Amino acid sequence: MTLAQINPTLGDLERNFVLHSAEIEAAKRAGSRVVLFPELSLSGYFLKDQTSEIALRLDAPILGRFAALSRDISIAIGFVERSSEGRLYNSMAFFEDGALLHVHRKVHLVTYGMFDEQREFAAGERFASFTSKFGRFGFLICEDLWHVSSAYPYFLDDVDALLVHSCAPGRGVAEDGGELGSQRVWQTLLAAQALTTQTWVLWTNRVGWEDGIFFSGGSRVIDPSGRTHAELKGLESDRLQVQISSRELERARLMTPLRRDAKPWLLEQSLFRHRTKN
Amino acid sequence: MDRARPSLAIDAALVERLLVQFLREEVTHVGFGKVVLGVSGGIDSAVVASLAARALGPANVIGVLLPYRESNPQSEAHGKLLCESIGVPHARVDISEMADAYISREPTMDRTRRGNVLARCRMIVLYDRAAAERALVLGTSNKTELLLGYTTQFGDSASALNPIGDLYKNQLYQLARHLKIPEALVTKAPSADLFEGQTDEADLGFTYEAVDRLLFLLVDERYSEDDLAAAGFEREFVRKIVARISATQFKRVPPIIAKLSQRTVNQDFRYLRDWGR
Repeated sequence: MTLAQINPTLGDLERNFVLHSAEIEAAKRAGSRVVLFPELSLSGYFLKDQTSEIALRLDAPILGRFAALSRDISIAIGFVERSSEGRLYNSMAFFEDGALLHVHRKVHLVTYGMFDEQREFAAGERFASFTSKFGRFGFLICEDLWHVSSAYPYFLDDVDALLVHSCAPGRGVAEDGGELGSQRVWQTLLAAQALTTQTWVLWTNRVGWEDGIFFSGGSRVIDPSGRTHAELKGLESDRLQVQISSRELERARLMTPLRRDAKPWLLEQSLFRHRTKN
Repeated sequence: MDRARPSLAIDAALVERLLVQFLREEVTHVGFGKVVLGVSGGIDSAVVASLAARALGPANVIGVLLPYRESNPQSEAHGKLLCESIGVPHARVDISEMADAYISREPTMDRTRRGNVLARCRMIVLYDRAAAERALVLGTSNKTELLLGYTTQFGDSASALNPIGDLYKNQLYQLARHLKIPEALVTKAPSADLFEGQTDEADLGFTYEAVDRLLFLLVDERYSEDDLAAAGFEREFVRKIVARISATQFKRVPPIIAKLSQRTVNQDFRYLRDWGR
């Protein structure tokens, strides 16, 4: 697999398509079967009023071009989706064997501090896993990862990997071993999710600056035991080439059989009580 | 680091890396390759010039010395020393003639008005140099000055981009030492040098050390007045600073526009500068 840590141009889909196709070519040449791009990789992040101007229906020609490119390699990209009802979503699309296989709409839109996503986007309503020819996957977009309830449905579905995609801005330059405060928090969250769901976690984060805010990269792969399998250190455009296998999943789940021992009906009862109380 | 106690200490090497990348990317992706800045002989402009030299190459940075006839000659000497130490070419534009052409017609002008005129004359020169050189003007206001409003609107606060606007004065010193800014600039008392003998701390009525720590806890760490009192700050000092921040908010925003239509610039017509870049 290749994690393509790119720096897209804000609102210029054609230029970003060229950037994506070059990365896809490079990933193919390196022998990858899947290439992953960051959140909103086709459009850039702080779109504001551009959001509706660059939104795409699922039958948009540019998405068809990604489908065509997916004959030799599976591709996950981020884009602004316009639904048939005219709502805009912060979406990830997965293309495989020449077709669009799955779309995830970001559920937990982030609207605080420097973020204003609920102003532009409608929220997705579900976490549905999907089966690629390479395994069962679940998409999480940035803030989705911060909510403990997001990965749980994927855990119940026995996914092999969580595909996490971000435009995570870097913050926190206090003395701390050369690492950004925000990057340390992401590492903790990713490792915790890998441990508690016992899946591979592949985090593709973007780089570059938009009006003085930078995205901090550091894309990484965490194994099902919570250890960092591979990571990019730099804050620059780069790609991370990794090989992952189901053997690690089997070993982790044999040593600590969390899914076997999970009691999701307790959660169901608790949610029922919570609902009726309110 | 003790994480329980918030601290102004920065990882200066990491900050350097980020700000060099910021300058390189935010200058070049809007189609420019050069920058212009006023070099005052103080540490703020010294740090910005040094970062810009690393980001774009010293030959693509133009340091402009902008003395007025009453300026402390040491300011110009330190500005020159800085440019030479980092290999940045410098220009010298004496603003006395242009400033005095106006000042001499205004016999009732006080020190504040005159300081503002000097700051705005310097802005005119920098923006014109930028146009002549096809360059962008770099800002050199730090976070302490911006929050306290210790700037001249459309004067020293005017710029296309500012790499140090999110660093307090105390943090600028840490970065200056890391960047090996000449010692003479780092050890002297900070001054706007708008009149003879001026120092920032005498002007402001408190020390940078005290106000930086207060601003950091108030703004970055969201301490309340009670939290700040518990942390050892006099309530009177806290209230004075809070009042000063709100009274100078107008300096930190673009001019307000009367909304009449469906879509108004800066209200509901919202795009980044980096729109399509």
